[in-house]
Amino acid sequence: MRASRRATLATVAGALVLVAAGCGGDDSGGTTTATGGLRPPKLEALKTLGPGEGQVNLVAWAGYVEDGSNDPKVDWVTGFEKATGCQVNVKIGNSSDEMVQLIKSGQYDAVSASGDASLRLIAAGDVAPVNTALIPNYKDVFDGLKNQPWNTVNGVNYGVPHGRGANLLMWRTDKVSPDPDSWSVVFDPSSPYKGKITAYDSPIYIADAALYLMATRPDLGIKNPYALDDKQFQASIDLLKQQKGTIGEYWVDYLKEVQAFKSGDSVVGTTWQVIANVAQGEGTPVKATLPKEGATGWSDTWMVATKAKHPNCAYMWLNHIISPEANAAVAEYFGEAPSNKLACAKTVDPNHCAIFHADDEAYFSKVWYWNTPIQQCLDGRTDVRCKNYAEWTQAWTSLRNS
Amino acid sequence: MSGTVIEEREVVRSARSPRRTSGFLHRHRWLQLSGLLSAPMLWLLVAYLGALAMMFITAFWTTDPFTNDVIRVWSLENFKQLVSDRAYLNVAVRSVVVASLVTLVCAVIALPMAFFMARVVRPRWRGAFVVAVLTPLWASYLVKVYAWRVMLQTDGVLDSLLRPIGLSSPGFGLAAIVIVLTYLWLPYMILPVYAGLERLPDSYVDASSDLGARTARTFRSVMLPMVFPSLVAGSIFTFSLSLGDYITAQIVGGKVQLIGNVVQTNIVLNLPFAAAVATIPVAVMVIYLAVVSRTGALDNL
Repeated sequence: MRASRRATLATVAGALVLVAAGCGGDDSGGTTTATGGLRPPKLEALKTLGPGEGQVNLVAWAGYVEDGSNDPKVDWVTGFEKATGCQVNVKIGNSSDEMVQLIKSGQYDAVSASGDASLRLIAAGDVAPVNTALIPNYKDVFDGLKNQPWNTVNGVNYGVPHGRGANLLMWRTDKVSPDPDSWSVVFDPSSPYKGKITAYDSPIYIADAALYLMATRPDLGIKNPYALDDKQFQASIDLLKQQKGTIGEYWVDYLKEVQAFKSGDSVVGTTWQVIANVAQGEGTPVKATLPKEGATGWSDTWMVATKAKHPNCAYMWLNHIISPEANAAVAEYFGEAPSNKLACAKTVDPNHCAIFHADDEAYFSKVWYWNTPIQQCLDGRTDVRCKNYAEWTQAWTSLRNS
Repeated sequence: MSGTVIEEREVVRSARSPRRTSGFLHRHRWLQLSGLLSAPMLWLLVAYLGALAMMFITAFWTTDPFTNDVIRVWSLENFKQLVSDRAYLNVAVRSVVVASLVTLVCAVIALPMAFFMARVVRPRWRGAFVVAVLTPLWASYLVKVYAWRVMLQTDGVLDSLLRPIGLSSPGFGLAAIVIVLTYLWLPYMILPVYAGLERLPDSYVDASSDLGARTARTFRSVMLPMVFPSLVAGSIFTFSLSLGDYITAQIVGGKVQLIGNVVQTNIVLNLPFAAAVATIPVAVMVIYLAVVSRTGALDNL
């Protein structure tokens, strides 16, 4: 017995020594934003567009790459596959964190990144600059979306805009009355819907709490929900802790939220328009609205991975998804404002662009696009240090387990 | 005469090579043993221990807070963070409590079922019962958990069953997690207990009643101690499987998080921290197995 125990210990120690010898010790080459601005590594954009490689692997939000398998009438992929010969394989990312991880694996060619993922990908060198001269449809993109801080760094363009929208408040019309118009219905500690409220399960949801505090606690002086100093951050976390008592379920999988609303386990909470559309399609009586305090939202960018194995097909996809027909189809299905001016003429509902404020910059000034919180405050303050995304993640994990 | 000698020599010559090898190996036993064990040892060392070692080493590294790239610089930061934040202690305690509850409930349900299968059912039908117990294992894990989600939801199956007697479905939460995990791991508890009870000689029970013990006393003093090692074997399955589970918590847990969920949310972008969190269930299992082997139950398996 003793001899075999010694042998086991020796084996384990041996394994550890082997592994330790093989790694450890060297610094990472990554660039950080600890002090100065973003310093992405120098990468080259594709110079010329060659022939398609036969397939393209995409990471996308649910509802962005539809090939008719969810709804036979919703399909803007099959035509692309026939025209370019690039077979589309899509992996749905449920959150920005998941998308960053998937792109880092090096197995995908393009990603529809929101603002809280795009800067991280750019800084780590996971995405390459995009040569917009190779994308003919780029010229028709709304000017308000081009060259924005989340897709352009130091004058270098890293992607093409997909569209933008807001995170809405959804409720069961038969279980919630009167129709809510404010986020107070999910942040009220004595809410009548206690135990049936839902919220997005991601650290970025802290910004939603900060947004609510912007309207209800002006004394905190929050100017940008992604630029929170110690006091503002603590106030947001306290609000979320208080909300947790009323929450029934946090959602990250959009189909689980659809099912939760359908069964009545959730009756009010944060949502995307596509979730409301799918739920209504299944016969659930729901409605969604942009509350009066404004909302967080997203402005997504299609980016090409540095390690893309099929770069030509990736560029062809980028050009296709912002073409007027495809952009109109995805904007209507998902429920967001398209990025291509000419898409507004192609939507089935002629008022789509008006409803979603496609070129209404004043409206989108009330929508705070998902952004990556960094130490230098995004609202321009230099006298305080803001919380970075790692601290947001730690606080969120702490909150979920407290 | 000469024909047979020549044939004999040919037979010996043709049999020489394999005889040589087996003779050589017979003289060098260690070579034979290591040859036989090389494949499983390779698997154990490289695939299993090597992977575990790799994970623990990762726990001593950190990540760049912005790009989430792993920085291979040795530090104890992850462990410091684990210890300093109460939330991780909470989730660890919660996971151990869930695993213990699941083990307990599984044992309570498995014992009567296994007893029925081993000692009451006619020997002809025992096989059918074993098959019946094993059949749910063939169904996909996700299918089973989602089926339970549908049963637990408001106005679902449980609600309609319990409303008439004034109760209601527990909904999504800790109770749901315990119920579903118990359901999932019950076959792993029933089978060892069934095997243990089947091995129990009838003569022991007869002797016990001859000595004047009633059924309850026989059960307590004769059967339970003999079936205890089987219960322990089953409990190792249920405890360790429940300790690391995160999918059930995600699907029916509502807002409850177990230690597996913490690892899962961090493994995406903070692998070193996830590795540090993962050392907790390993430590718990080591302690559990040490306690279990102390009771001597493992010796009698």
